Amino acid sequence: MDKTIKAEGRSIDSTPSRKTPSAAKSASGGRAKLPTSTRLSVEKTYKLYINGKFPRTESGRYFTVADAKGNIAANMCRASRKDFREAVLAARAAFNSWAGASAYLRGQILYRVAEMLEARAEQFVTELKLMGLDKRAASREVTAAIDCLVYYAGWTDKYQQVFSAVNPVASSHFNFSILEPVGVVSILAGQENALLGFVEAISPVIAGGNTGIALASQQNPLCAISFAEVLHSSDVPPGVINILSGYRNELAEHFASHMNVNAIIANGDDAGEIKMIQEQAANNIKRVIIRKEAIAPDPYQIIDTQETKTTWHPIGG
Amino acid sequence: MNKGTAPHTLNFDTGWAYSPAPESTDHVHIKDQYKLFIGGKFVAPKSGKYFDTINPANEKVLARVAQAGAADVDRAVTAARDAYDTVWSKMKPAERGKYIYRIARIIQERAREFAVIESMDGGKPIREARDVDIPLAAAHFFYYAGWADKLDYAFPCRTPQSLGVAGQIIPWNFPLLMAAWKIAPALACGNTVVLKPAETTPLTALKLAEVIEAADLPPGVVNILTGDGSTGAAIVNHDDVNKIAFTGSTNVGRIIQRALAGTDKKYTLELGGKAANIIFADAAIDQAVEGIVNAIFFNQGHVCCAGSRLLVQESVADEVIAKLKERMQTLIVGDPLDKNTDIGAINSAAQLERINAYLELGQEEGAEMFQCGDKKPSKGYWCQPTLFTNVAQSHRIVREEIFGPVLAIQTFRTLDEAVAKANNTQYGLSGGIWTDKGAKIFSVGAKIRAGVIWANTFNKFDPTSPFGGYKESGVGREGGMHGLSAYLDLH
Repeated sequence: MDKTIKAEGRSIDSTPSRKTPSAAKSASGGRAKLPTSTRLSVEKTYKLYINGKFPRTESGRYFTVADAKGNIAANMCRASRKDFREAVLAARAAFNSWAGASAYLRGQILYRVAEMLEARAEQFVTELKLMGLDKRAASREVTAAIDCLVYYAGWTDKYQQVFSAVNPVASSHFNFSILEPVGVVSILAGQENALLGFVEAISPVIAGGNTGIALASQQNPLCAISFAEVLHSSDVPPGVINILSGYRNELAEHFASHMNVNAIIANGDDAGEIKMIQEQAANNIKRVIIRKEAIAPDPYQIIDTQETKTTWHPIGG
Repeated sequence: MNKGTAPHTLNFDTGWAYSPAPESTDHVHIKDQYKLFIGGKFVAPKSGKYFDTINPANEKVLARVAQAGAADVDRAVTAARDAYDTVWSKMKPAERGKYIYRIARIIQERAREFAVIESMDGGKPIREARDVDIPLAAAHFFYYAGWADKLDYAFPCRTPQSLGVAGQIIPWNFPLLMAAWKIAPALACGNTVVLKPAETTPLTALKLAEVIEAADLPPGVVNILTGDGSTGAAIVNHDDVNKIAFTGSTNVGRIIQRALAGTDKKYTLELGGKAANIIFADAAIDQAVEGIVNAIFFNQGHVCCAGSRLLVQESVADEVIAKLKERMQTLIVGDPLDKNTDIGAINSAAQLERINAYLELGQEEGAEMFQCGDKKPSKGYWCQPTLFTNVAQSHRIVREEIFGPVLAIQTFRTLDEAVAKANNTQYGLSGGIWTDKGAKIFSVGAKIRAGVIWANTFNKFDPTSPFGGYKESGVGREGGMHGLSAYLDLH
């Protein structure tokens, strides 16, 4: 981690040179001198995604992400606890209508996300290559992410049928158990598979009608932040997914302890962090889902952030 | 008579009083002293310490029971591990199921004895122990017995595996029933068990140990340790336990969840509640009043899913409250063994003290208290059925679980207001809806953030029906097909 993430540089001269997916620039630091007869590329500013908007962190802090060659790929927002709290408010505000949306609609929106990602596949391949993947591996990751979205889009109106129940109680009552989303979910995405890992982490959560706040991979946050643009153009309502970049060891505790968050999904195998998360989660009896290694998409990951609600009604005249 | 008590409208001094109808106790076998049930034998605690369990209705000692210490917990976990490794995990699932069926049958055969002991040790009315606790406990064993060889059908594309040793800690409000909720699914899923009943109600769990002995279960498959909170802590913290199942207060649940951090132990927590029971103007009012009584006064209100907050639509509030007060006057508080008794003894002196503190607090906060029936036995722990009106959402009697026969009444005008008030709590265990409009049941039922919704009924339970809470009311489900996953590894 230390090798790829540089401390905030005060002086531009002290930081490595900046390379972008579109154009390499002067290595002497700062804004590049414009070579004659070459067009200067327009670089993307990577920001946060909160409540359907792209704010910078309220803290004004940043950290740099290095590409595979050690050059600065981007200055990322180093989100603060306050940014996280804003994101929780947005997720909570979005919850009732997203949870209440029809399964069919959620499925269509997730499918729309897949369509948008497919259309922008090249952008993500470029970002992944910048971070060190070869072209084939990068393409494979992007197509797997698209397919993951389509997979969960299909589950939105099926998991209820597979995992619900009508319960044959002995008394004269009609009794049924259905699944409902647990609420607001905080998600610590894994450090590996910047795009696929992120998509696999958030898809089952929103497929099941939850809203969430996801922390991008600290080592490689570019794809997650760019994915916000995909969500933004896909009819996903504001606040349903909020995306932060920042220091995991600074934010994880808040993701785990916040009283208005109902569940936390943590991808990673750091025993110390897992214990901290489990302890903090007890503040409000949060559901804790630890994923020590990447697992292929399956409907049980939707069930991880579902509650079972059982309803009784008398039968009789 | 207490401050704020309304005059009684019914006159019972008419010569129509109920004659006593006490259940006999001569057929009940309670030993003077009970040891710990470990490895299929009753063994003395290493410490040699015993404590009294009393009848809360007359404060008489029923028996002395062993205080299990950490060394005893270790012995029990070792016995459970041995039984798991050598017998239980290797047994054909269908055979495992047959042992559990046997337990169900023996409980049915001894139901009357169990009911009487449950009533004596815990203070609940014999009618409830006889008609609810004991039959449901037997039904739970019967239901889960049948799952033992059918687990593959419950989880598509998974091969369920047992976990190992389950540590189970249960409360005093439904002692045998909670033991059944815990033990039956654990055994059906192939696990072995170390169970700790509550300090004030250990007797039916110890009688269950006798049933397990009689059913000839392999030694160590079920171990039963009596003790206090320190015994529970030793079970939670034991390294060789694979799963913890706890039913009790949210505060203790929080401590347990924290204690389990950093371990690979699975857990289910079934914790507190502060359920809203919502009465709409279009409800069948007389039925709703019966429902309110059942929701809050069942088992002296010692029910985690009790309907302890009444939300009544403003246009019918006066009528509902008047009828409720009238109905409350007919409730008989007294000898739990009397078949006419509606409200038995409060479970312990400590619990009565907690309830009384809330009664004072409610009045200090400015709420208006109504109680009826001031005749109480001279010995034992008693609390009259109580309701508070003129309460605010911020009052502690509205926000905190009292775990007694105490109802806080609020009103609402619109459906949205009812839902907002119902959900304005950190709890989410249950909720009640009373209306004659089916569409309203579905819309309100979907908006209440709670694990169990009773529509035009309340406090119904069944082994096939999953039970458990949202938010701070717990993690996981018990009962039904959904209750299986708590005791299985599905990866």
